[in-house]
Amino acid sequence: MRAELFGSPGNSALTLALLAALGSAAFGLLHWGLVQARWAVVRANSTLFAVGRYPQEQQWRLWLLTALLAAAAGLAWGLLRSHPRRDRGGDLWPQNDWIAVGLLAAIALAVPWWLRLDPLIQGRWWGITALLLLVRWAAGHWGRRLPARVLALLPLLWPLLYLVGMLLINGGLGLLPVPPGDWGGLLLTLIAASFAILLCFPLGVLLALGRRSDLPLLRWGSVLYIEFIRGAPLITLLFLGQNMIGFLLPGGLAPDRVWRAAWVLTFFAAAYLAEAVRAGLVAIPPGQLEAARSLGLTIPQALRTVVLPQALRVALPTMVGQFISLLQDTTMLSLVGLMELMGTARTVMANPAFLGRNAEVYLTLAVLFWCCCAALGLGSRALERRLDPNPAS
Amino acid sequence: MAPMRKLLSAASLLAALALVGCASEEGGLQSQKLATLKGRGKLICGVDGKLPGFSFVAPDGQYTGLDVDVCKAVAAATLGDPSKVDYRDLNSSERFAALASGEVDLLSRNTTVTLSRDAAGGNGLNFAPPVFYDGQGVMVPVASGIKALKDLAGKPICVETGTTTELNLADRMRELKAAYTPLKFQTGDQTYAAYLQGRCVAVTSDRSQLAGKRTNFPDPAAHTLLPEVLSKEPLAPATVNADPAWSDAVRWIVYALMQAEELGITQANIDAKLAEAKAKTNLADLRRFLGVEGEFGKQLGLAPDFVAKAVKAVGNYGEIFERNVGTGSKLKLERGLNRQWQQGGLIYSPPFR
Repeated sequence: MRAELFGSPGNSALTLALLAALGSAAFGLLHWGLVQARWAVVRANSTLFAVGRYPQEQQWRLWLLTALLAAAAGLAWGLLRSHPRRDRGGDLWPQNDWIAVGLLAAIALAVPWWLRLDPLIQGRWWGITALLLLVRWAAGHWGRRLPARVLALLPLLWPLLYLVGMLLINGGLGLLPVPPGDWGGLLLTLIAASFAILLCFPLGVLLALGRRSDLPLLRWGSVLYIEFIRGAPLITLLFLGQNMIGFLLPGGLAPDRVWRAAWVLTFFAAAYLAEAVRAGLVAIPPGQLEAARSLGLTIPQALRTVVLPQALRVALPTMVGQFISLLQDTTMLSLVGLMELMGTARTVMANPAFLGRNAEVYLTLAVLFWCCCAALGLGSRALERRLDPNPAS
Repeated sequence: MAPMRKLLSAASLLAALALVGCASEEGGLQSQKLATLKGRGKLICGVDGKLPGFSFVAPDGQYTGLDVDVCKAVAAATLGDPSKVDYRDLNSSERFAALASGEVDLLSRNTTVTLSRDAAGGNGLNFAPPVFYDGQGVMVPVASGIKALKDLAGKPICVETGTTTELNLADRMRELKAAYTPLKFQTGDQTYAAYLQGRCVAVTSDRSQLAGKRTNFPDPAAHTLLPEVLSKEPLAPATVNADPAWSDAVRWIVYALMQAEELGITQANIDAKLAEAKAKTNLADLRRFLGVEGEFGKQLGLAPDFVAKAVKAVGNYGEIFERNVGTGSKLKLERGLNRQWQQGGLIYSPPFR
């Protein structure tokens, strides 16, 4: 380190100059953040940033959903530690987990205090964090005693939770419906992104298989779709979705603007994902498929059990990159008048009481997006490690 | 041949249906849109959603602003409840498509009235009376001593590029035969930052926007708007051409807000005025205006007391202006052209007769 940074007088001078520049930039940012910035705009609008115009008397549904998600996350985390892969040893409480626990506790304590949230809401955040850690602890300690049959059902937990979550958010089955037009902020960003990510995955895989298919109709159809979507900017597709559907379908029949935008995002992402999956398929030697066929597997069987698991593992890093950029693409929805995080930010900045507080708002947005993307990235790297057939150690 | 005949008969059936559709639209006294509105129980109002003072979402999740108050007034007058509005944020490129496709019932989104937007061969809109007369203005530092546009000859002026603002400035300065140096920027933020750094002696934009931005300057009192107005920007609510009865209803609801100010009827005294009108049979004008007698509401397809409901919901025009953009608000705009006609402004309601 010393040899790298201070090896020669020139290097030393460069290191010092860069340190001085970095230090002054950091000092400037800190000074601005602590002294000059007026954070009231974020404090006053924290609900708007979180859930948009979701009716206040129905917000308990979102709290319930958050608690369910926290419990599920704790469960998955704990079980992951109590059931390490057979070829690798596993610590029940590795060092990383202690760091994560510390971070979670610090966030739960610091953020509500900094936002000056209502004591009741602060209490709820503490409760939810405590629930997450408690379930993590319980699942870690007693997870090994769970019968295999229960464990096999666990992968169903997330899709089930997603459906329950959508029901809670949207209403129905006795719950007061909340129209998608009232969803906003981080809630809408996450709904749009998760909807698109979940649906574009199977669609993308089918398109990638279609593009490599021997049937000309299927192949050319997939090629046409992929090249058409990749040839058009997202914003034009969004405008098409928002403005043309209204003319094509009589009033009232067209799906809500939010769903139209979410579908456009899905179709858009599917084309790009298809190419990522195709790269994975190309990486698998054709001999494998032929070997599987000669063992008597049908083509769907061979694809499902031999080709796709390997291809998807190869494509995983690229796919997660797509998902992260998809999450960021949701900011485009603000250009078609939806109130996701970016749209919320713009309407908040239009409030005469907070005019000119752009830097505070955009910085908050950047932090929120960074957290979401970092979570996606971390999750994918953990998945890669778990799927890696040749562990490094 | 048989499929061809089938196709033809289907086509003629469609044509007949279309004719029936047209006939019922033209023949009926009742507006189709009003019937839809009452059946749905909600007014769908297209707004900007991101314009200081005109439409934005307050921290409690409620839409607020001058354009929003027009939506509320129309909802109160047609459905009896100002909260029965679904707001749709529309950007400037999709607003007319949303109106034409029937996705919104009413466009209350700082839209300038122009010939091509009104004409049937253009966008085919129907405009209600302007609720805000804006215009392009020029802001200079008080200390610069510049009093009029012609004083800017030979000086640098900051302007956002690619806007009509840029073209209007060029036109006016050419008329005055005053050469100047335009400093062009991509975004509004860059433009004002350059002005504050002193890179130009003046900045030009819509007067309402200049005044709004000025409130954020370190020293707002050190900057002033020149008296010249470089362009006409009458901003008005709009409806589609296809339903004249609905357009009439919107037009007269807006006029009612202006007439209420002229008559001194406010949100605070509307109940007293209503009681007075009911008690005193000699106040014929007031009785007709507030729907105690006469058939104004019925003729428009509205409730007899639609005026009272609108004023009760959002106040008269002057109150709406003051609350959202006037001197009492953060934007601190003068009434200017938006004064009542007796005070020399352009706000003028035709008689309610």
